[in-house]
Amino acid sequence: MERSLYDQLGGAAAVDAAVDVFYRKVLADGRINSFFDDVDMDRQILKQKAFLTMVFGGPASYTGKDMRTGHAHLIKRGLNDSHVDAVIELLGASLRELGVAEPLIAKVAAIAESARADVLNR
Amino acid sequence: MPAIHYEGNVFPLAENESVLDALLRNGVLAPHSCKAGSCGSCLMRAFEGSIPARAQQGLKESWKAQGYFLPCVCHPASDLSIRAVDASEQVGASIAALDRLSDDVMRVRLQCDAPLEFHAGQYVTVVRENGLARSYSIASLPDAPQLELHVRRVATGRMSAWLHEQARPGDRVSLRGPFGECFYVPGKEDQPLLLVGTGTGLAPLYGVLQDALRHGHRGPIHLVHGALHRRGLYLVDDLRRLGEHHTHFGYVPTVLNGTSSEGLTVGAIDQVVLERFPKLNGWRGFVCGDPDVVKSLKKRLFLSGMASREIHADAFLPSAQAAS
Repeated sequence: MERSLYDQLGGAAAVDAAVDVFYRKVLADGRINSFFDDVDMDRQILKQKAFLTMVFGGPASYTGKDMRTGHAHLIKRGLNDSHVDAVIELLGASLRELGVAEPLIAKVAAIAESARADVLNR
Repeated sequence: MPAIHYEGNVFPLAENESVLDALLRNGVLAPHSCKAGSCGSCLMRAFEGSIPARAQQGLKESWKAQGYFLPCVCHPASDLSIRAVDASEQVGASIAALDRLSDDVMRVRLQCDAPLEFHAGQYVTVVRENGLARSYSIASLPDAPQLELHVRRVATGRMSAWLHEQARPGDRVSLRGPFGECFYVPGKEDQPLLLVGTGTGLAPLYGVLQDALRHGHRGPIHLVHGALHRRGLYLVDDLRRLGEHHTHFGYVPTVLNGTSSEGLTVGAIDQVVLERFPKLNGWRGFVCGDPDVVKSLKKRLFLSGMASREIHADAFLPSAQAAS
């Protein structure tokens, strides 16, 4: 049997390695960083870890309902497709920087894509 | 709704009500201050029932195991039996000396009745005999004969008013704690350290600095202390002298308003940090002081390349009463 995506990426250690790289890109990106202005960094890092674990195909701690309720207040502030695109783009750039192979990056992007409808409450 | 069992009373919780608010609503004189799960003033102990993780966040493992928790951020899913922290769980102390470090900062030296185990940079809750409780960072080292706190005079602050204007050597208080994660852990002696704080955020940083030097830290250590005006800075001469004795220690006194005379840097503290320390990959950071400044400095350090797990911070939250 083929190893799971999560194992191929390196599991929890890969999440730990990716979280700073990814969150730093998010905070530095003028398209989306205003959504993160008031949030506590430590709590946000934990949420980013849960997000990365999910898109890495790991033990899911986020449900579709969590995604909906967790982003509802951001939709009121204008969260839309362009912001989801930006997050998926930065996710790919982070993994590329960490030396992850393109086919695996494509699989991660596909999982992130599958959360779009929940995040945007459609 | 779940209920709180306390000294033979049963207090049902209202919707979204914290354990602390339920106690206060029912007339219990529970000490408290920040009401945000940070200062530790409201610490209590549960002996039956399940404590939500959030109510023990930041407490040391041995305390969690003994059922200590913070009622101000405790929203239990089921009944909880609790009691106040009693005198045997606090350390008594006498005020040994009071001396003014600046217009609005008093150095309070305390002689503890029994040794208090802590790391320099952590904070303790000072409890007066009337139950008033406030938390202050420890600026001294664990083996120093007395505990040193820096207390800023807060305009409507009851504890700081007492310590600044009425307290005298010999007066008694109790101490609870320690709390907080802003302290030096020995190891990685060559790692550069950046200590940044505003106001009495200097107290824990001063503790961290002394602890790092005492452990023989060899990497560069930089301390950026910010204040609105020159008179808000304190321990300036002590820190300059430390810089002369330890060539790997650099002190950057910073003011928001003023002129760059007397070796002062002028500017907003996060800008000063950005200009002086643009690349922080591999560094360890300590950030203390005003909550908004702490929040923006944490982000600044992180964006400059410091790993999130290397950033140690304590925000000084005002007491909820003083703020309202």
